[in-house]
Formats: sequence, structure tokens, C-alpha cells
Amino acid sequence: MSDKKNTLAPLANEGLPPEERGFFCDAAPREYAPAQGVLEDFYNWARSQSLWVLGFGTGCGAIELRPLMTSRFDMYRYGIQPRPTPRQSSVFVIGGYASVKTLKRIVRSYEQMMGPKFVVALGSCTINGGMYWDSYNTIKRIDQYIPVDVYIAGCMPRPEALLSGFLELKRIIREGAAEGQNEYARNFDWYKANQKNVIKDWNMPDYNW
Amino acid sequence: MEPSVLLRIGYAAISLFVITNYGLLLIGSMARISAKVQGRVGQPVWQPYIDIIKSSAKRNSVGHGLMFYLGPVFRLAGGIGTYMFIPAVFGSVVFRNFSDSGDLLLVMYFIFFGQLGMALGAGEGGHPYSAIGVSRGLAQMTAFEVPFALSVIAVAIQYGTLDITSIVAAQQGGFAHWTLATNPLAVIAAIIAFLGMSGHNPFSVVIAPQEIPIGPPTEYQSNLLGMLQTNRAVFNGAKLVLYMNLFFGGATNIPVMVIKTFLIYFINIFVGQAFPRFRTDQSIRFFLGVPTLIGIASVLIAIL
Repeated sequence: MSDKKNTLAPLANEGLPPEERGFFCDAAPREYAPAQGVLEDFYNWARSQSLWVLGFGTGCGAIELRPLMTSRFDMYRYGIQPRPTPRQSSVFVIGGYASVKTLKRIVRSYEQMMGPKFVVALGSCTINGGMYWDSYNTIKRIDQYIPVDVYIAGCMPRPEALLSGFLELKRIIREGAAEGQNEYARNFDWYKANQKNVIKDWNMPDYNW
Repeated sequence: MEPSVLLRIGYAAISLFVITNYGLLLIGSMARISAKVQGRVGQPVWQPYIDIIKSSAKRNSVGHGLMFYLGPVFRLAGGIGTYMFIPAVFGSVVFRNFSDSGDLLLVMYFIFFGQLGMALGAGEGGHPYSAIGVSRGLAQMTAFEVPFALSVIAVAIQYGTLDITSIVAAQQGGFAHWTLATNPLAVIAAIIAFLGMSGHNPFSVVIAPQEIPIGPPTEYQSNLLGMLQTNRAVFNGAKLVLYMNLFFGGATNIPVMVIKTFLIYFINIFVGQAFPRFRTDQSIRFFLGVPTLIGIASVLIAIL
């Protein structure tokens, strides 16, 4: 695309067998500059009014995500709707604790999303491990592995708390402060080192575009 | 006086602009109506616009080869092509499009052209869910094409022409001249096929949000998705205008066109909110059963 992409060193993809390395991209993520002035404000408004949620429902917190679709809470009126493919969704909701095995899928899904992308971590387990703080196979802080925009504390947070979290996310997006994608690209080595530190059987490309 | 070619292209662009906006507002308002049925407030009517802006404002996108990019192009070409050969408003200079250059067969070809192009493009994406969505979509399409084609044959026999403008002209002069009054069986078969074409419940298994992520366009994102969303509006508008012309007497001005197409589209919501979803094999059996028999009966009535 641009010359900036070409200057980045190609990724080693050491987790893959040598014969498979050619099938996968070896380019590291790069930062994308926002549009100019009012145009970016307009885009940010549109992004905040159309949040497509990829729900990562492996933690128990995901049970609180479902009622948002029902007539009682109705998230559609805020422009929020579920979108089950990472390619099209813009908000990644981590539904509670993440085991090491799930973290692998979280990283893959997050990297496949198109930017700008936002992450909502719900439940205390994503903040400090919560009740799994001394578990041998769950991670304690999700923001050491992917950038997080909004935390919703609680065990479990009620659907009202989730809605309030989404409204907070909207405010952050409108301010232009939700630059998680660029943050991930900037600190890619740090995030990748943290991920590889806990995921021992790393058998995927270093960046899942 | 016959307008020049350039002027006609300008008129067609205006017509396309109107139908795109109308289609987007129609999708938004129908989503709102569905929400009311379910006891929700629902998304704003202008939500489809915001979704398209947001998709187009994505900063990066991923490609999977030439055919992957051509899929949405074919789809959009199919949508615009369908609309361009249908007179949106009978007797209007601006909204007659290029209806004198093509006939019903060309329009039917364009309706299915986009879906086939999309199937090729989605296949190039390499996602297994795309392939499942495509196979479901094409199977269902083959099935609902049968009653639709039969009812079109009935209409063609009845009016002795394939020219859409002539078919509309033959239906002028009040309700008694509409195909709905003269050959109701053809209309019933075509409306049932229309339910399948629109992909609402009970025939929504192709898109199937939740279990098969979003069907054929699983891998499409960013501005490619924006193109698909725009096409959805154009294509919906084109199909509605076609149905209005063939079966409901056409329209002589914009308000009549809006009212008639709104009511035709409303049949989708009415049925969709009342019935659960068919599996693919069930919907194929359904289309090849009673609707096909109704279609054959309508052809027989037209011949006799």
C-alpha cells in the first residue's frame, strides 16, 4: 500500500512449519493516520453511531450480553447490533475471564478486525483476574495482550452497566481518543511478547491479518 | 421530442439516486416496524446511511484476489442493471430509465447475474462459511426461480409482449385491469417467490446471522461491504418497482410508486414476523410444491 509498510521488517512466523510460511502474510501491522479535521469528526460520529459487536462469549459475562438484544434493553436503538464475523464488526466484547486457550482465539479475532476497532472488556476478571486471580490457566489483565478502550467492572455487570459502557465507548470514539488499532501497531512487539509469554503452543502466524 | 442520449443518462442518474435513497429509507423503516412488532424501540430510520458511511470510513481492508474485488462490483452492476431497464414511473421522462432498450428477459437475467457474480467473489474469499452461504443461496434461488419464471411466463402470454412498458400500459385504467385482478394466481406465485428473493423470514437461512456468520459476504469488509449495502437498497428498489409494474398496475407518479412499493415490501415483514425460518431443504420443497403448481395454473389460465 504505502512505503511505510515496506520499511517494517517482515515477521518471522516461527510458529508455523517452514512449508506453510508462504501461505501467510509476514507483514507487521502499521499505523494509519486519521482523516483531516472535520472529516475525521464526521467519521468518528458515524463510527460511534454504528457499533457492530463481535461478542467473544467464552466467559460467563457473555450471558449479560444476550439480554441487550431483547425488547427490555434493546441495544438497536443506540445503533448497536451483533455482527458475528470479525471482518465486519468494529467492537470486540471480551465476555469475562479469558483462559490461555481462549486468549489465542481472542488475539486471532482481534487482529482480523478492520480498523478502527474498539475493545470492551466486561467483568472484573478482565481487569485483575477477578475470582480467577490465582488460576493457573487464565490471564489476569486483558490489556497486556490487546488494547482495551472501555472496562465494565462487576461480577457480573448488569445489562444496564453494559449499555452505560457502550455509551461511554461512544463518547470516547467521538472524541477521537479510541485509537486502539494504532496503539497495537505502535507497541506490537510488546503485545506480541506478552502473548507469546503465556501462549506456549504458538502455531499461527505472528500477525493474523 | 426525444431527449438526447446525454440527457437520458442524466435522467437515469437522478432516477438511480432517488431509488437508492428510497431503498435505504425503506430498509430502515422496515427494520423499525419489525422492532415495533417485537416490542422494541428499534434502530433509527437513517441507520442504513450511518452503516454505509462507517463501512466506507474503515481505514484498512483485506483482499483475496481479483475475483474477490469483482464480486461486489458484479452485485452492484446486477442491481443497477436491473433497475435501469425498468420504467420506475409510467409515462415519466425522468423515471423511465432505459426501459425501451431492454425487456423482461433482460431484467430477469440481471436479477440473477448479481447473485452469481457474488457467489464467485465470495468463493474467492476462501472462508468456509462463505461457501456454505453461497450453496444455500444458490439452492434457494434455483427453487424460487421456478414459480417466479412461471408467473412471468403467464404475464407475457396474457399481454402478448415482454416489453415492461407495454405491460404497464395494458394495466392502466383502474384496478380491474391490474394483473392482480385479471390473473391473481400469477400474482400469488410471484409474491411467494418474492419472499424467497428478499431473504426475510421464513427464507432467511442464506444470511442466517448467528449460526452462519452473515452468509456469503462473511469475508467482505470496509468499502466492499459498503458497496454491498448500497446494492441492497438499489436491488430492493428495483425488484419492488418490477413487481409493481408487472402485477400492480405500475405507477403514474412518485407518490403512487412509493405507496405501492411500500405495501409490496410490507408483505415481507408481515410474513417474516409471523413465521419461523425454513431450513434450506424445507424451503426448496416448499417452492417446488404449491407455489409451482399455482404458477402452472396461472400459465394455463393465461393460455385459456
